[in-house]
Amino acid sequence: MMEAPRALRVLLGLMLIGLLLFPLVGERFYIQYATKIMIMAIFAMSLDLLVGYTGLVSLGHALFYGVAGYALAMAGGDAAPSLWWSLPAAMLVSALVALVVGALVLRTSGIYFIMVTLAFAQMMYFFVRDSEYFGGSDGIYLNSKPSMSIFGWAPLDLGNQLHRYYLTLALAVATYLLLRAVLRSAFGRVLIGIRDNEPRMRSLGFPTFRYKLACFVLAGALAGLAGYLTAVQDGIMNPEQLGWHRSGEALVMVILGGMGTLAGPALGAGALMLLELQFSIWTKYWQLLLGGFIVAVVLFLPGGLGSIFARRRGGGAGHG
Amino acid sequence: MAEAALRTEALSRSFGGLAAVSGVSLECRSGSVHAVIGPNGAGKTTLINMLSGDLAPSAGRIELFGEDITGLPPERVSQRGVGRSYQKTNIFLGFSAFENCRLAAQSRLPSSMRFLRRAERYHEVNVAAARALAAAGLGDRGDVRAAALSHGEQRQLEIAMTLATAPRVLLLDEPLAGMGAEESARMVALIRALKERHAVLLVEHDMDAVFAVADVLTVMVNGTVLASGRPAEIRANREVQQAYLGGDDAHG
Repeated sequence: MMEAPRALRVLLGLMLIGLLLFPLVGERFYIQYATKIMIMAIFAMSLDLLVGYTGLVSLGHALFYGVAGYALAMAGGDAAPSLWWSLPAAMLVSALVALVVGALVLRTSGIYFIMVTLAFAQMMYFFVRDSEYFGGSDGIYLNSKPSMSIFGWAPLDLGNQLHRYYLTLALAVATYLLLRAVLRSAFGRVLIGIRDNEPRMRSLGFPTFRYKLACFVLAGALAGLAGYLTAVQDGIMNPEQLGWHRSGEALVMVILGGMGTLAGPALGAGALMLLELQFSIWTKYWQLLLGGFIVAVVLFLPGGLGSIFARRRGGGAGHG
Repeated sequence: MAEAALRTEALSRSFGGLAAVSGVSLECRSGSVHAVIGPNGAGKTTLINMLSGDLAPSAGRIELFGEDITGLPPERVSQRGVGRSYQKTNIFLGFSAFENCRLAAQSRLPSSMRFLRRAERYHEVNVAAARALAAAGLGDRGDVRAAALSHGEQRQLEIAMTLATAPRVLLLDEPLAGMGAEESARMVALIRALKERHAVLLVEHDMDAVFAVADVLTVMVNGTVLASGRPAEIRANREVQQAYLGGDDAHG
């Protein structure tokens, strides 16, 4: 991966400062909404690792997102568990599900990959929706937020919206930095090579299946992080969080922001959700406006919204 | 004489009812160039695809320094020391020339499951990449984006990437394809230099180049070996002349 262009780096810095200061001026509703945007930004970045950097177009990414949220809800009951073990545990559940699903779906490619990832997510969706144990179509409530107390001292109280906001912001930044490091590593180069020309990578001696699986598991675990935060934020998990609609939404964010740019999909999450909010204030036909906007971006900015700031490609080997 | 680096025994591959390659046995020795020639459809590409692991043989055996590698997938064949360059230039166009070689050399790390340390910080990989670039005559072109290289340079890069994987056997699939006279001469010199340290199996259409560089020639027609021998023997072979070299009715 090349260094992000200067303009984009400046923009990201400004956005971070803006997000740090936003709660000083923002009303409660907007702080809540911004938290949800940042959660979706994590989710979209995790999907970009698959779609944008490895060329694996998944339409079932919500499976790993939802599973972690459900893991927290199921572990919770009335007294929610400590974040310190429940967050890693929920991400581990997502990673394990991704390992099993990935081992199967990565044997396919192209349109078949899209279909089988969709199929796995839908299987889980219907299973959870029709199972009383998982709360059926109503979902499960989390009656209390996970505790962050260590030896009696809690840095954050997740019952407080402001604290949830800053926790989510910190984890979104951490996710961005982690993925950026991964993409610059030897592993990341292999992923980009696979995206651009998998047969060539194999003939150079890379066992590509293994790398795709590792990528799938990492993306699944980070989607799990987003799902966990959603459960904490909303206080409820329902089957819709596992459904193809959720997966599709993330895919639109990735495409809107710019595949294979990491920061782009995070921007895409913000753009999509803010426009959704604004358009729905203007008109009840807001989806028409949103659809038109997406079409316009795809037609006139094929590199995504991020490409306004990034004149040059940010993805290394270009799209193959 | 040097030992056989790569050896095939009655190697065959059929697609449905069509035998693309049948019963091909040949030996490729270290320090020599073994050229495989033949008209279009003779099965040369199918043969090289089997040798590189891109295609599984239907029957027969492939040995690398005496070890059976028949049917291994391409990444395993590569790890055993067989490097392949492709007829259609198969490089990463968005990467610099150096990065193409760096990525190729990275395949020789015990594992690329290294998630945080920056890719450029593996000294031995950088050294191998720089050496491969220089060996292929691109020593001063490392920073250029692969897409911006001339066609001839892209063909050189194709070979440099293969070299960066430290192969013992090189499979070169039409390295001169689409090259001008000057570029071809440079490539012939390169191939000649490569045979010092490698066993080279060359598939090529340019007969002048083949006879200039090959130590052994195998002529294939319709998936089988018509003749095999030294260039002078092949040139004098009547069957070959009729079937291919001078024949005005070459097999399509």
